[in-house]
Amino acid sequence: MQSETKAHVDQLTSPAGHPVTVLRFEGDIASTSKDAVLGAYQALPKATVKIVLLDFTKVDYINSSGIALVIQMLIEASNSAQKVYAFGLSAHFTKVFTMVGITKYAGLFPTQTEALAAL
Amino acid sequence: MSQVKSTSVEVRLPSRLGYEKVAMSTAAAVAKLMGFREDRVEDLKTAVAEACINAIEHGNRLNEGLSVGVVLSAGKDSLEVKVIDDGKGMKTLPPKPDMDRKMHGEEDARGMGMFLIQALVDEAEWVAGANGKSSYVRLVIRLDKEAE
Repeated sequence: MQSETKAHVDQLTSPAGHPVTVLRFEGDIASTSKDAVLGAYQALPKATVKIVLLDFTKVDYINSSGIALVIQMLIEASNSAQKVYAFGLSAHFTKVFTMVGITKYAGLFPTQTEALAAL
Repeated sequence: MSQVKSTSVEVRLPSRLGYEKVAMSTAAAVAKLMGFREDRVEDLKTAVAEACINAIEHGNRLNEGLSVGVVLSAGKDSLEVKVIDDGKGMKTLPPKPDMDRKMHGEEDARGMGMFLIQALVDEAEWVAGANGKSSYVRLVIRLDKEAE
């Protein structure tokens, strides 16, 4: 019933010249998404990746288990001195992420352009 | 819709994660027919999905021999949703999740479902079944809730 989670990685440079690693997700983000979400993040080289940008543009459904995976990623990123940002969440999931306090640890932006401009 | 005689819709789900989306879609369809704003429909979808996930995981303990009942009752100004499982129900509600404690490893990253339910609907109550089964959560979302 759940739409398989897919993730792929892009390397971009912000207008300020910072290298930014974009994790682009597609499908549902739920308890079955651990390999796609955490696996994709954990495969990034921690020594060189310092800014991670999460793209939720093609994600329709995120449940509390999926949010927990994002929080686990934020914990690992914090322990590795990485900064995490996100864009492309719907208005509803922007509200949900704000409710649970994620915005304290990951800046949210409406679009990739706005995110990159702030980095 | 003027010829609809019943204001109640029932769905039975297998206790398998992912099937909460069936209840979510059904609740959204009923809410749209009632005239709920799109943002409230989204609130309802998440609350119903989380209630069903709790019923599947904790109430029925992923036992696919058991089903989760979802009863949607459309009133004049509100929609009531009951999500029924075969568990013993909740004795106490978990504390509000604390993101700082989660980030410091002092609290499980999970455990946000009930908080989201309470935050997104107008009423939420958990009722333990009399015989240690048929427990349910009852959600109410009101049609005229003002935008926050």
